[in-house]
Parts: sequence; structure tokens; C-alpha cells
Amino acid sequence: MFFELFFQYLVAGLTYGTIYAIVGIGFNIIYNTTGIINFAQGEFVMLGGMTAVTLYGFLPLPLAVIGAVLITMVMGGLIEMVFIRWLVKPTVLRMIIITIGISILIREGALLVWGEGVRSLPYFTGNEISALSLGGVRLSPQVLWSIGVCMVIVLFLNLFFKHTMLGREMRACAANRDAAALCGIPTKNMITLSFVLSAGIGALAGCVVSPITYTQYSIGSGLAIKGFTVAILGGLGNSMAAVAAGFILGILESFSIWVLPTAYKDAISIAILLAMLFIRPSGLFGNKEAMRLKDF
Amino acid sequence: MKILRLFAAAIIIALSAAPVLAAPAIKVGAILAVTGPASFLGAPEAKTLEMLVEEINAKGGINGSKIELVIKDSGASPEKAISFAKQLIEEEKVFAIIGPSTTGETMAIKNIAEEGKTLLLSCAAAEVIVNPVAKYVFKTPQMDKHAVIRIFQQMKKMGITKIGVLSSNTGFGKAGKEQIEKLAPEHAIQILVNEVYDKAATDLTAEVTKVKAAKVQAIVNWSIEPAQAIVIKNVRQTGMTVPIFQSHGFGNIGYVKAAGAAAEGAIFPAGRLLVAEVLSDKNPQKAVLLAYKKSYEEKYKEDVSTFGGHAYDAMKILEQALKAAGAGADKEKVRTTIENMKGLVGTAGIFNFSPADHNGLDLNAFEMLTVKDGKFTVLEK
Repeated sequence: MFFELFFQYLVAGLTYGTIYAIVGIGFNIIYNTTGIINFAQGEFVMLGGMTAVTLYGFLPLPLAVIGAVLITMVMGGLIEMVFIRWLVKPTVLRMIIITIGISILIREGALLVWGEGVRSLPYFTGNEISALSLGGVRLSPQVLWSIGVCMVIVLFLNLFFKHTMLGREMRACAANRDAAALCGIPTKNMITLSFVLSAGIGALAGCVVSPITYTQYSIGSGLAIKGFTVAILGGLGNSMAAVAAGFILGILESFSIWVLPTAYKDAISIAILLAMLFIRPSGLFGNKEAMRLKDF
Repeated sequence: MKILRLFAAAIIIALSAAPVLAAPAIKVGAILAVTGPASFLGAPEAKTLEMLVEEINAKGGINGSKIELVIKDSGASPEKAISFAKQLIEEEKVFAIIGPSTTGETMAIKNIAEEGKTLLLSCAAAEVIVNPVAKYVFKTPQMDKHAVIRIFQQMKKMGITKIGVLSSNTGFGKAGKEQIEKLAPEHAIQILVNEVYDKAATDLTAEVTKVKAAKVQAIVNWSIEPAQAIVIKNVRQTGMTVPIFQSHGFGNIGYVKAAGAAAEGAIFPAGRLLVAEVLSDKNPQKAVLLAYKKSYEEKYKEDVSTFGGHAYDAMKILEQALKAAGAGADKEKVRTTIENMKGLVGTAGIFNFSPADHNGLDLNAFEMLTVKDGKFTVLEK
């Protein structure tokens, strides 16, 4: 019984961790190009989920997901062009405030379009009660889907940022935008591209976690807080680290429930975030030296 | 010349004011969580009020006075509810306030309504709203206490004595948890696990595992937010087959759709609105329920919910009281009229108010329902 319980809590932790991680990695792309945190990332997740549910009304599931990702990518690009592209040398603080404004705008827009109802995509495999059973420990197949998608995204991002010209150019923008521009990199296009990319990844995350968490116009900010926590915990800019941090946080939360009243779960994650910001702002896997050179 | 102009202005003002004086509109305020985490309560409530006021005004108003509805969206925030209540009472000088949607907000403005001597017809559930009784405060949803008693009676029939309780960290969840803890001993029910979860939770497998470890015979899941559907899913995913009892906060078909196959067989007490069609024709509520359901669903093209029904009842009670008290009645007279109102058929039940009972509903207001093939139906006894 003890081991069965232990593994069941572990599985619960993995479920939490995947949700946090898949949202958390979205923060890193815009950070990698602009050096800012996009506080509207949670809204991209919400937009992806909501659009997919709407498309699923008349399209098969895979097409609905692809459609939702593409539509959200276009919206991400448009948002950047309307609100950010024309700014002349914006400060980091100003850009952050703009993204907070955008997040409120998207949320209210979604309320007008979709109303306040709760929606969700169907489970990709099985239904609400199906679970894989491993010696008494049970796991919803959707969690495996989320972990899988998470891994594919991380792999893609690693290859993209480290081994493609476009990816390197995007990273150069974050390191020093003036120098990048002098080298002939179209910095403004790179920033637009980073919004497109992170909107797409957010949307994909929104689709794959939607059967577990549900989707509602206001779900973005809640997801973004946890996603942001793991992005910081792992070290900003590093997708692999965000995933690892997501699992660490998820498992810690889950096991905290074993011994403490469940009401303390969120207090634990916030305490970890605060402690991290005080003790090691560069994150668990981040580089202290590199951190010192950055604005934020 | 100047005097002439002033005189002309005075005449214009007098003329424009005249028709208003003939039939002063009755201003009714509403503080509802139209957006935000409790929007599934506030949105149907606001729509219902708009629909009813339109109907009343189309018929020429109440005793010749039109109703002027002022809806304030609190977003479920008690702080906003407080400032809106002050605004409605002091600036708008409303006759009565309908709402708020949630218990937390209602408790925050209970004293403000009482001191402002303005009728407050709350659409929130908890017993604390009307116990102790405040002169000007009424509520239309059924009592949590009655919901808990109906659940315990059902458990007794099924031979269940050991339960696990999960409740959300909101006013509704907290009030339900307190009633369960208070009433369990006298119904010989033993609570083995008693845990609180976050209303905005995205997955609750670990919480559910804790209940599983305690080997309970049934689970009571007390919440009004979407997270309650996540609990149901996670319970079934972890392989537990025990019966799940829900609160009356489950009375929204959206939650059944969200929980899908996992919602099958969930048992909960609720008003009869959800099963209006299958009620016997002798049921006194049937006509009222069907009429509300039909006009709401035709106008808004969405399923009716019991929550909108609470606003429907509040408006109907106010309408009846205003009619009975006669034209030009003051707040105090309308208040006493409500206090003495008997046998008003509403969506939540049949209201019999008294100076000591500002809710007016009894145990019979609840029917035990269950979910079968994705639909609400009356639980077979």
C-alpha cells in the first residue's frame, strides 16, 4: 500500500509538472529574443485551447489542433506588430507593462467571443475515466500525451536555437540588439517571429492540457503564474531546465499533500519561487555570470 | 431680457420633469459576478434579470411604475461588491439590490444594506446570510444545511457511514464544509478525510489520492467552480468506484459535459429546474419552471441553470411584494410584505417567509438528482 501510494503521488506530481512545464517553456522563446517576460503567454495558451474547441465543432481533432495553433500564431504576430514593433528603443519595463496590458485585452476579448463557459477538447486517447494501470498506480493517457508534446517542443527548440541560423540570429537579438542590427540581422522581424513562435507553442500547450485542466477565458493568468514560476526556477531562457523545474515543482507539491493539508499546496510553490528569487535569481540550472550581464 | 430667459428655462425644466413625476421609475440595483471566477453564476443571473425587467416593463411596469435596472459587475470580488453597494445605496438611491452572486460578497455587504435600510435579495447559498436574520436581508437559494441533510439521508439509505470530504477554498466551499462537519455526528456519519482544494486548480490527482488512501465508502465534493468537475474525473482516473455526492453547486449541465463519462452516477441535491420536463403534472412548480426555461432558452440560446433561477426568484419576490404593497409604498412596507409572503412558487421551491425565516424554503425544495447518459435525472428511490 505504501509503495502504491508513493507512486500514485508521483504520478500526480508528474501530471502537475507537465502542465507547469509545457506552459513554462513558452516564456523562454520571447525571453531568448527580447530579454523580456511576456506576461500574455498564459493568454496564448487559453487562445489555443479555446480556438481548438471551436474548430473541433466542424473539423476532426488533429486538424482542429493544427488550425488553432496556426490561428494563434497569426494572432501572436499581429499583436507584436500592432503593439510592440513600432516602439523606438522601448525599455524592458515598458515592454513588460505592454505585455500585461495585452494579456488583459486578450482575456476581455475572449470573454466577448466565447462567453464565460467552461470548455474542453476530448481526451486524445480514451475518455475522462480511462487510465493506464501499472500495478495499482493509474495514469491518464492525456498526461502521456502532454509529456510527449512537451519533449518534442523542447527538442525542436534546442535544435532551433542552437543549430539553425534563424535561431542564432534570434538569440543575438537578446544579447545585444544594436550589435545584432549592425551585423545585418533584421531585429524587428526576429522579435515578431519570436511572438509567432511562442504563441504557437502556447497554443499547442493549451490544446494538449485542455482535456485535463479545461479551458475558460480566464484560465491564462493562473497557468501563467505556475509557468512563470518554473521558468524562473529552471533559469530563464533554458527550455530543458524549465521542464526539469516543472517536474520538481509538481512532485514537491504533490508530496506536500501527502503530509500536509492540501490547502498549503500553492503556498509551497510561491514560497519556492520567492526563495529562488532571493537566493539564486539565475535559477537552478542558470548561469550566474550570464545573469549578471542581462537587464532582467 | 435675462429674466425672460430664466423664465423660459424654468418652464422647459418643469415640462421635461413633468412626465417623470407622473410615474416615477423604481430603481433596482443588482451586484452580480457577471465576469471573473464566478461568472457561471453572475452571467445567467444578469441575463435573467434583464429578461424579466423587459417583460415587466412591456406589460406596463408594476402599479404603473417602470423598473429601472442597474447591474454592476463585481467580478466576484467582495471589495468591489462593497463599493458598488455603497454607490447603489448612497448615489443611485435604489429601492432594492438583487445579488450578490457569492456568499463572500453577500457577507461583505450585509451590514451596508442593513444600515442603508435597503432591501437585499441575495442569490448566494450560505446559511450565514440569513442566520442571524438581518431585517433587510433575504436570500433565494436553498439552504446548505438542507442540502447536507438530504445527502446524509440518502447515504443512510445506501448504508454509507465513512466518507471523505473535498471542498473548494471559496465561501461556498467553506460554508458547506462547516455544515457537513456540524451535521455528520447526528446522522452517524464519520468523516475520514477532510481536505480543501484551490478553486482555480488545474488537476487534483494528489488530493484525490489522499482520499483514496483513507478507504472511504463515499466522497462528498463541495464546490461551485469548474474545479469540481476535475475532482470527479480524477476520482475515476485513480480507479475509485465509490459513489460521489456533489453539492447543489453542481446544477449546471456544463459541469456534466466537462466531466464527461466520469460524471455518470454522481448524486446531488438540487432545485427542480434541471428536471422540469420529467416532473409530474401535479407538481406545483412545473408550470413556473417550464415557463422560465422556455423564455430563457429562446432568448439566449443557451441552457438554463439553477443559478439564473435564483435571480428569477429574487425578482419575482420583489415584483409580488411591490404589487401587494401598492403604488408609492416605501421600503419598510415592501420589506414587511416580503416577510409575510406565503406560498410563492419560485424556481428553487415554494417560498414561505416569516420574520424569523428570510429564506422561506424547507427540505422539500431539494430533489435528489443523478447523472445518466450525460443528462440530469431524478434519482430513483
